[in-house]
Order: sequence, then C-alpha cells, then structure tokens
Amino acid sequence: MSEPPQPCITTRGLNLWYADFQALFDVNLDITRGLITSLIGPSGCGKTTLLRCFNRVNERYGYVTTTGEIRILGKNIYDPDVALVELRKSVGMVFQRPNPLPISVYENVVFGLRIHHPPGTFTRAELDEAVEKALIEVGLWKDLRDRLDRKATSLQLEQQQKLCIARLLPLKPDVILMDEPCSALDVEGTRAIEELMFALKGHYTILVVTHNMAQARRASDECIFMLLGKLIEHSRTEDLFLNPKNPKTAEYIEGRYG
Amino acid sequence: MTDPSPQPTAQFSFAVRSARRPTLYVLAERSLTALIYACGISAIFFVVGIFLFVFKEAAPVLFSDRFSLSQFLFSEQWYPTSELNKRYGVLAMTAGTFSVTALAMMIAVPFGLGAAIFISEFCGPRLRETLKITIELLAAIPSVVWGFIGLTVMSKLIVQLTGAPVGVNILNGGIILALMSVPIIVSIGEDALKAVPDSFREAGLALGATRWQLVWRVLLPAAKNGLLAAVLLGVGRAVGETMAVLMATGHAVQIPHGILDSVRTLTANIAAELGEAPAGSDHYRVLFLIGILLFTITFVVNLAADMAVRGIRKK
Repeated sequence: MSEPPQPCITTRGLNLWYADFQALFDVNLDITRGLITSLIGPSGCGKTTLLRCFNRVNERYGYVTTTGEIRILGKNIYDPDVALVELRKSVGMVFQRPNPLPISVYENVVFGLRIHHPPGTFTRAELDEAVEKALIEVGLWKDLRDRLDRKATSLQLEQQQKLCIARLLPLKPDVILMDEPCSALDVEGTRAIEELMFALKGHYTILVVTHNMAQARRASDECIFMLLGKLIEHSRTEDLFLNPKNPKTAEYIEGRYG
Repeated sequence: MTDPSPQPTAQFSFAVRSARRPTLYVLAERSLTALIYACGISAIFFVVGIFLFVFKEAAPVLFSDRFSLSQFLFSEQWYPTSELNKRYGVLAMTAGTFSVTALAMMIAVPFGLGAAIFISEFCGPRLRETLKITIELLAAIPSVVWGFIGLTVMSKLIVQLTGAPVGVNILNGGIILALMSVPIIVSIGEDALKAVPDSFREAGLALGATRWQLVWRVLLPAAKNGLLAAVLLGVGRAVGETMAVLMATGHAVQIPHGILDSVRTLTANIAAELGEAPAGSDHYRVLFLIGILLFTITFVVNLAADMAVRGIRKK
C-alpha cells in the first residue's frame, strides 16, 4: 500500500442520547476504507448504537438525540441537505436476525433498485442480470437459480443472511454495516458469512459488530473496543489482541468481565 | 426450564401428594374442568342449535309442493300477503343486501385500511391512543342510532344534494353501513399491521425505502392476509346488519337500478315482517328460510375470513 489509506467513516465528538440516557460519549474514530473493522465490547456498551448511527436508522425512534459529526467519504451525514434515502443507499445494513422481506428471492434482490428508481427504469433483462450478479457474489446463485420465485422467508437461515447481503449489492454501497450477522447461525453458516466478508472486502468498507471475540480476531483487519458508550481502543486487530494499550481492553480480552 | 436435574424429584413428590388429596378437592377440580370444557364447547352447541331451530321452522315449507326453491331464490316477486296468488321470491332483497353491502365496502375499505395504516405507521403514540379510543366509541354506537341518523340527517342531505325523490335509499344505507363497518376494519387491520415484525420495517428503511414505499412494498404484502380478514369481517358485519338498514334504505322491494333507488335487505325484511306473519303460516316459514339464506351468506364470508387468517399462521 503506497498511498495513505483514506478514511471512509470519520466521527468527531459524537454523542447520542436515548431520551435522558446517554449511550455514546464523545466518540472520535477513523475507519479505513476497504477494510473489515470489527466493533467489540460487552453488552450495552453502545457498539450497535454506534453502528446504527452510520445509516441514521436510529432516528426512527423519535426520542434519539445525536450531536457531533459523522463524515462518510467526506460528507457529514447529519447535514440538513443530506437525503436519508441516498445515505441508506450507499450505507447498507445487515441485521442480527436475517430479515429478508416476505416476498420472493428475486424481488428481495431487486428491492433496492425498485425503490430507488422510478418504475420502468430497468428492463427485465437488466433486473435479471443484477439478480444473477448479486447472487453469484454471495455464493447463492448455484443453490437458488431455479428457485428465484420462492418466498425468501422460507430459505435456511444461512441463505437468508446471504440474501440480506446480496440485496445490498445492486445499489453499489460504499459501506456495509453488519450487526452481529452470525449470531443466529451455526458454525457452518458463520464460516460462510465470514468467507463472504473476506470476498467482499476491498470493494466495500465493512463494519461488523460482534459479541464473539474470536470472530473479531479471525475476521477483521481493524478492531474497535468500546465500553460504557466510550471508545477505548482502536487499532489493527492483531495489535489490539496481542498488545492492548489500555488495561481495560486487556482485561476484557482476557475475559475478566463482559 | 433451565435446569433439568431437579425435575424428576419434583414430579415424584407431586405425584405422592396428589394421591393423598381429599376427595372433595378432586371432585371440585373435576367439576371445574367439566364446567370450563362445557363453556368451550357451548359455542359449537349454540351455533348448531340455532341453525337447527331455524331450519326446523323453515323445513315444512321448504319440502312442501306449494313452494319452489328456485322461485324463492330467483324470483323478484315478494307478495306474501296476496289473497289470490302468494309469491315468495327474495331476489330483489338479495340484490338489496348485496348492493348496500357493496357500496358500504367501496366506502369503508379504503377508509378503514387507510385509517389502519395511518394509526399503525404514521401517527405518534398520543394521537394513536386517542384515535383508537374514538374508533372503539364509534363501534359502540347502537345500530338503531345509526338508523335514526340515516332516517333524519342523511336522508335530508341526500335529497338536497342529489335531488333524489326519497332520501332513504342505497346511498344512505351504504354510507351508514360503511360508518358501522369502518371500526371493525380499522381495529383488525391495525392488528394485522402491528403483527408485521419490526425487522421487516428496519430492512426496508435500511435499504432506503421511504415511508410510503415501506407501506406499499413491505407492509401490505406482509399483512395482506390479516387485512383481507379485516375486510371480510367488515363485509360480515354489513351483510348481517338489520336495524340501521331497515331505517335507512327505504324498504321498497325492487331490483335497484342506481344508488338512489330504495331497496329492502334480507335482514330488514325479516325484522319488519316476522311480527305480523301468523305463526306457522307459509309466510312465517319463508321468513325463517330467509334466515337460513343469511346464515349461509355470513357463514361463507366468515369462513373465507378465517381461511385468510389461517394463511397468516402457516407462514
């Protein structure tokens, strides 16, 4: 890597309140473009909250207040001129429980294209191609090519979660946020999703919240440790696990609490 | 059960204790079980009982040679008190029931589903509570009061606005019935929308869907069975409603040709004539036969609603 990596997401002085409860305290971080960054920390430390700030999906609850700034590729996403719809188009999200929509596999994949463009923008052939490309990218094409009209909610959980990733791809997002994407999956499913994350790395900046320290260790390039709403440490994953700078990080990694 | 190990011992001591229980306790418990069982079964008992009773009253005329079922269903001649030639054809009243119901649903379905979507997806918690209470109040207004409003307020308005000769007609009855069905459609429709898992909403929002796209593309497909059930239950209410339509539709036996024609519905006909028909006469029995027809219609509608709801559970 000759050129200095450009940060993809930058936060400065980010605070967040759920009504009177402050969940994030003065979070400053720079997330490197094209890498997998994992967020770890005990339950309730604010890692999911932080993740949900990046596509502003937190705001659907009216009682959330956010201050500070979050820049994604240089643009402050809390600026008043930011279109929420466009933001969410370029920042995709994968949830803890696979949540494909209760429509066919095909419609799930083209859902993003359909909602972001007026009807008739794409021909059937273009949509077909987008579906094929996205499903190939997540490794579902071979299994599902003949069952595209099947209801997505009837798939296996692992396939559902892959589909949830596949449906982001036609929108060509910059960032993919993953909120404990493997917690509902078995060992095989977890491995499949992790392999998929590696395959997608580079094209997309991936942020993954995980409860599983081992997963953070084996499946991420950089790691962020959070505690009680504060960012404690952010470094390369190996460094964080081998030479934690902060004693709290060390204790957490050793399993003293959490 | 988090800890399985103490389980067998617990069951064992329980079994020992129950063997020593006083007979009175055992009897009381058994009779209580029987009572609750009877409560549960009674619904079936009552439905079958009512059907048998109505059928028993109607059967003599149904199987007599003075009466033809096809004439009953497909003739519009309703002259039950004619001296020379009594005719019992309910086609005009069936048409009346269906036309009033259809108009009511044309008004109530968009309104009811729109309100359900607004309450469940668009309004704040305080407004939601207020609306829900108000809609429940709307459902609690007695039907005779609705009929009274139709007879006095609505009919004058309709005469003024449309120039129709009489204000009690399909339009009047349809609007009144729509107002009566809306609360059912709203409350059941809202339940159906609320039952859509929040994860679907988050999935849609995180993909950048607007609120409307979310409603159209995610919530309506996800809740379609429940919404269909809401509509069908609204239809059931409209078909079975008696007093309000009796007062608001004009009570004229004729096949309607427009929404400003007066009609008579099957229910209104029974309510109006049963008191005057001599008990045991053909007229009396034919009115019970109309009851069976109504029973069949509402049964089919409710069955359809039930099957729609079952469709939800299968997923």
